[in-house]
Amino acid sequence: MSEPESNDKPLNLTIYVWRQKDAKDAGGLVKYDLKGVSQHASFLEMLDILNEQLVGKGEEPVAFDHDCREGICGMCSLMINGRPHGGFPATTTCQVHMRHFKDGETIYIEPWRAGAFPVVRDLVVDRAAFDKITQAGGYITANCGSAQDANAILVPKDDADRAMSAAACIGCGACVAACPNSSAMLYTAAKLAHMHNLPQGQPERMKRTLAMVDAMDAAGFGNCTNHYECEAACPKEITREVIAMMNRDYAKAALSYREPTAKSDGAG
Amino acid sequence: MANESDFRLDARIPTGPIAEKWSKAKFEMKLVNPANKRKYKVIVVGSGLAGGAAAATLAELGYDVACFCFQDSPRRAHSIAAQGGINAAKNYQNDGDSVFRLFYDTVKGGDFRAREANVHRLAEVSVNIIDQATAMGVPFAREYGGTLANRSFGGAQVSRTFYARGQTGQQLLLGVYAGLSRQIAAGKVKMFNRTEMLDLVVVDGRAQGIVVRDLVTGKIESHAAHAVLLATGGYGNVFFLSTNAMGSNVTATYRAYKRGAGFGNPCYTQIHPTCIPVSGDYQSKLTLMSESLRNDGRVWAPKDKADVAKASSDPASIPDDKRDYYLERKYPAFGNLCPRDIASRAAKEACDDGRGVGPGGRGVYLDFRDAIKRDGEAKIREKYGNLFDMYERITGENPYQKPMRIYPAVHYAMGGLWVDYHLQSNIPGLFVLGEANFSDHGANRLGASALMQGLADGYFVIPFTLGNYLAGVPAASLASTGAAAFTDAEAAVKGRINRLMSVNGKRSVESFHKELGHIMWEDCGMARSKESLEHALKAIPELRERFWKDVTVLGGKDTFNQSLEKAGRVADFLEFGELLCRDALEREESAGGHFRVEHQTPDGEAKRDDEKFCHTAVWEYQGDDKAPVRHVEPLVFENVKLATRSYK
Ligand SMILES: Cc1cc2nc3c(=O)[nH]c(=O)nc-3n(C[C@H](O)[C@H](O)[C@H](O)COP(=O)(O)OP(=O)(O)OC[C@H]3O[C@@H](n4cnc5c(N)ncnc54)[C@H](O)[C@@H]3O)c2cc1C
Ligand code: FES
Repeated sequence: MSEPESNDKPLNLTIYVWRQKDAKDAGGLVKYDLKGVSQHASFLEMLDILNEQLVGKGEEPVAFDHDCREGICGMCSLMINGRPHGGFPATTTCQVHMRHFKDGETIYIEPWRAGAFPVVRDLVVDRAAFDKITQAGGYITANCGSAQDANAILVPKDDADRAMSAAACIGCGACVAACPNSSAMLYTAAKLAHMHNLPQGQPERMKRTLAMVDAMDAAGFGNCTNHYECEAACPKEITREVIAMMNRDYAKAALSYREPTAKSDGAG
Repeated sequence: MANESDFRLDARIPTGPIAEKWSKAKFEMKLVNPANKRKYKVIVVGSGLAGGAAAATLAELGYDVACFCFQDSPRRAHSIAAQGGINAAKNYQNDGDSVFRLFYDTVKGGDFRAREANVHRLAEVSVNIIDQATAMGVPFAREYGGTLANRSFGGAQVSRTFYARGQTGQQLLLGVYAGLSRQIAAGKVKMFNRTEMLDLVVVDGRAQGIVVRDLVTGKIESHAAHAVLLATGGYGNVFFLSTNAMGSNVTATYRAYKRGAGFGNPCYTQIHPTCIPVSGDYQSKLTLMSESLRNDGRVWAPKDKADVAKASSDPASIPDDKRDYYLERKYPAFGNLCPRDIASRAAKEACDDGRGVGPGGRGVYLDFRDAIKRDGEAKIREKYGNLFDMYERITGENPYQKPMRIYPAVHYAMGGLWVDYHLQSNIPGLFVLGEANFSDHGANRLGASALMQGLADGYFVIPFTLGNYLAGVPAASLASTGAAAFTDAEAAVKGRINRLMSVNGKRSVESFHKELGHIMWEDCGMARSKESLEHALKAIPELRERFWKDVTVLGGKDTFNQSLEKAGRVADFLEFGELLCRDALEREESAGGHFRVEHQTPDGEAKRDDEKFCHTAVWEYQGDDKAPVRHVEPLVFENVKLATRSYK
């Protein structure tokens, strides 16, 4: 993160925002001038200020997704000057603050661009494809009430830490937006690495890997050709190692894993 | 306290010794035949810990579930933001914890304003939650030997909080979301994302459905079910600035209130002591710095007013004997880990005394200097790294070098829809879970107990109590969405939207929300008085009137329209805020987070009035132009002795 500017002078900015009525509309960039934005405001607060101005003029405000505004829900998105979340290390859009911009700067704001994430309106996209990948196998089958005492499963601290680092994914989609192929490898692999670093994830490991990778392909995400823009864009600093783990498992599973034949084992 | 209507408050607390109530209740509950469960349709509004866990678990049992959330995915429910941890009476640390101690701490922490039987059940099932979450793959922090790690939280002298770095809520919710996803894939849960509930439908005295708006297409639609579960979270955003997510709202519960559900203790709101202070009028929300930080951080303000300027610019230059570690001074037994309501008031007191640091004098320090000296920066980074990073991103200051500057902020709603022991509201078939109900936390919630309650309600309570209810409802009785009650409710929802869109005034929705928040914070915040509340009760209706004359909502109603979404929520806040203040005015005592300046001990602590107020206040709606009626559920303490709360 660059050094914050030491003075508190409010900023005057020129911003270009992607406006698009709905999925069918072609959309385009619209220019706005914004004056007197505090350096302590967050990026989304800057958009709030813009929206207040637009409403004041009787123009429709800009639609953008956001909820927690603390970098954890994964709801906010935005390509800021061509980079997901603005390209600040380990920072989501809602955590970007205006002190990182200069007075007089021009800022371009666009939605995630990916075939699997159609635009809903303006800067809002539909990320349902991510849910589909999780539904294909991103869980451990354990009905409520069937669990043993938690300390009966010992998890080496290093494994728990690795699992946690992968599980930190907030499902924002920056990885997809950053990838020239719009691949969802980092998202899918992070989920798998979370579970496969834990003993609880082992029983369904092969089946899960195949199912989630297939779901990822079916949802229309592209292939990985090793650019690793995803890793650089991830606000939670998930590393490419998870992809290596997934690829190893996938190769193994594709070669050796077969669904057992269905046969009733119900006794009378 | 009139009681002529057919408004009934039967808490249905099982008889018998406290430790046996839940087992007994479970045994006595009626069951639904496994083969019949699929014939019962259940609506769950909310996909947070409470709603998500309920939806998944009910589907596992075989019910036909429909689940709703306003975000674009169930995984983004506000539970995701919880940082510090979740309590459970596992006693893994062998430090004297037990189910009874967790029960006791929670009743005491809530300033003796919760229902004993519920709290005991909560403590009982807390241990199962950790087991279940672990089985689902929640990556809780571990010791080197592979066992689970714990930390301490406020209001307890044992270490019973389980955590996943500073992202405990996220990890628990992802566990819930995983289970929910499995049921969605299996076709047992139908998930409705970006869909907002705008009304409750009551037919023949039973909750039988809801009216929703599809936030993408604007379509208004009804859904019918044999039972409706609300797990829609808390209403802290009535204060505009809070630690809640931007979309958190009161709409679902408030609409249910207007359909006859009693609202319990709306004035009980929690103000969290350690949040990043307000920095300007563009501010849209406040960010919490987890209570877990008080394990190692020490809270202080300068002793002398004369040192404020120096302390603000260069805190390190203030020597120890010029610092007032006021929590350690005032509450030696619990020190920095005293409960939130107490820590918040103490911070306000220091700032009101002119000893606050930073802009506007609204801040105190949370200092890690001594912990870093003792344990090294690496250890502190491992425990709290993401919180420190978050602080730095927002403030531009490095908390490893300079203490965090913090101030209290609205955080949690202890109040909510009234429920009985079965989590059922006074409307049969309407159940309320998680932060949305009036809860087990009395007048103040202890840290790390909301996640526990949400999961207890969703995983371990509702699967039994809902079955008991449905066993008495014929499967064939599913209402038709063509029935008058549904079409009337739809018409009311549409009418309201039309009304919002046709005011065509000059002011933004946002500006009204801000103004309401200002009234609420000033008149009904950390300190409340008869005078301030009477002021609010005049100012809020006036503001509401101006809203309906001068608000502007642009865009269409049949499209994705965030202004319209927000307008509906703010319109409800404008009514609910009044109810909250009314409840605060009527409760002529101080208890937990509800501090009436007229009722305090000589040293400024909350002073309860057990004679007059040892009860839950439950408000019954009477119509827009009539004052609501206040009912009471008396609280009986048989296991914990009513005493003045002391953390000294
Ligand atoms: C910053 C922060 C940190 C916290 N840290 C902790 C902690 O460390 N430990 C702890 O125990 N507690 C903590 N809490 C409190 C705790 O997170 C919440 O009380 C709890 O998660 C609430 O869960 P819930 O399931 O009741 O509701 P939520 O998680 O808020 O879920 C509400 C759900 O309802 C849906 N919804 C709401 N209204 C509607 C509507 N009208 N129509 C359709 N859907 C609707 C939403 O989409 C969402 O799915 C914290 C809270 C905050 C704000
Ligand atoms: S708004 Fe939640 S991560 Fe940005």
